[in-house]
Amino acid sequence: MKKSIAVTPLRKGFALILTFIIVQLLVQLNIINDYLQATIATIGINIILAVSLNLITGFTGQFSLGHAGFMSIGAYACALTVMRVPTVWGFLTGLLLGAVLAALVGFLVGLSTLRLKGDYLAIATLGMSEIIRIIFTNLDITNGAAGLSGIPRFTNWTYLYLFMVSAILLISNFLKSSHGRACISIREDEIAAEAMGINTTKYKVTAFTIGAFCAGVAGALYAAYFYYIDPNTFGFLKSIDVLVIVVLGGLGSVSGSVLAAILLAVISTILQDFSDLRMVIYALLLIIIMIFRPQGLMGSKELSLKAFRNLGGFLSSRKGGK
Amino acid sequence: MSILNVRKLTKNFGGLTAVANLSMELNRGELVGLIGPNGAGKTTVFNLLTGIYHPSDGSIILEAGGQQLPLHGKKPYHICKAGVARTFQNIRLFKDLTVLDNVRIAMHQNLKYGLLSGFLHLPSFKREEKKLLNDAMELLRITKLDGKANELAKNLPYGEQRHLEIARALATKPVLLLLDEPAAGMNPAETAELTELIQWIRHEFDLTILLIEHDMSLVMKICERIYVLDYGMLIANGTPEEIKSNKRVVEAYLGEDVSNA
Repeated sequence: MKKSIAVTPLRKGFALILTFIIVQLLVQLNIINDYLQATIATIGINIILAVSLNLITGFTGQFSLGHAGFMSIGAYACALTVMRVPTVWGFLTGLLLGAVLAALVGFLVGLSTLRLKGDYLAIATLGMSEIIRIIFTNLDITNGAAGLSGIPRFTNWTYLYLFMVSAILLISNFLKSSHGRACISIREDEIAAEAMGINTTKYKVTAFTIGAFCAGVAGALYAAYFYYIDPNTFGFLKSIDVLVIVVLGGLGSVSGSVLAAILLAVISTILQDFSDLRMVIYALLLIIIMIFRPQGLMGSKELSLKAFRNLGGFLSSRKGGK
Repeated sequence: MSILNVRKLTKNFGGLTAVANLSMELNRGELVGLIGPNGAGKTTVFNLLTGIYHPSDGSIILEAGGQQLPLHGKKPYHICKAGVARTFQNIRLFKDLTVLDNVRIAMHQNLKYGLLSGFLHLPSFKREEKKLLNDAMELLRITKLDGKANELAKNLPYGEQRHLEIARALATKPVLLLLDEPAAGMNPAETAELTELIQWIRHEFDLTILLIEHDMSLVMKICERIYVLDYGMLIANGTPEEIKSNKRVVEAYLGEDVSNA
């Protein structure tokens, strides 16, 4: 018992480093081409977005449609910084600045929409995200609707992986702490949570702030990878895209969000060959998955090494039985 | 020595007065019943005491640790922190969470590590979580739920859900415990077991208890004093014997059977 507790974090760390090295090698040997790299970047960014939205919507139970808004703040802050200071430090400063600004807005949004629940909250956060988009469309510094182009590329596999893994680990750690349980209790029963001493205001705002911070990081990574951003990149549809990943993976499952982000990217890559019917098939697949797995791929469960081991044991015992 | 002092408490919902001019006083260590017909305003009183509703008028003062704390107008989590815990009539467990998590969440207000430690699982996290786990398991042992710590709350049988509500309330470390119909839906054997549990935790945790209940055998057996509400007004208060023979109470609520018993 004691031994397995001591070994598990090491194993986890080993698996994480191994994944990093393998992909890094494949990139360097040019086995993963530019197109695949872009897909990987999209997956990584979507994972950060989905996991952080899951914290707000899946775990704390606050239905938010404003994630693209938080993302755009990170993207613009990082793009504007890195265009003036085109160095790695400029990129990292811009990324941090974007994340902090997004967190600040997340804090204000969380605070001002406290009394709203369900669809009403969704509409309010959607409105907030549209306001941010329109501000970016009308500012001079952001070059209005034309957007910013020629943003130097600093996001590479190393940074992408580093921030993605950090976001996943920090958020899962948070959810396994007493603070995380406080957030989850709000989703379960807000009145009971308050009566049991949980400051629901504080934890709703905390969830929004952490979620927005991560979305800001994702936005910054996006801006520093794809050379170009404009306000419409971060419209209503982007928020919906992230929500689809979260719901498909399972509200309340971090690993579900990761799996769904990967799965959806793989599906749309495969569908590239069916240019006309692409979106139709994509939508159909979503509908079919939701019919057969209404709780999402993972429900509210988490994928763990233990689950694999149990599955392995189950399969081998069945074989042994025969 | 008084622990809770309620003065002229009133709650109006539009034109309806749910609680009118209610005054009551609980002494430290007492077990007091609050009874009355359905719709008399008993649960509204609990909701006022725990901050879920704000009173239209009147005051609620908790005397704890030599201090007088006004509870009226305070938020529920402030009131909980001050030492007032409750259970709910229509069970409000965190039903998709485990039995253990239900109790651990109620311990959150006394938590001794910050957000940073929660993110990074620092040594303080490990130390405090271990303590939290031990304390929670101890409460589950008392309520005979320790064997089901990892089951989802919604999968517990009804009687055990009521026990879990009590365990969860105890986890907040209260001085005053409000029990809203703890025996509702229980059979006589379960009620007897619950009666024993209530008396035991009262001494073990040095609690003052206010209890809403329709099961008169339980109320008359364990309550030292009883308040009777009807249409939001206090119509009687006294010892079980006095209440049983009070004419207004018999007319409004008890009926002939109990007074003859």
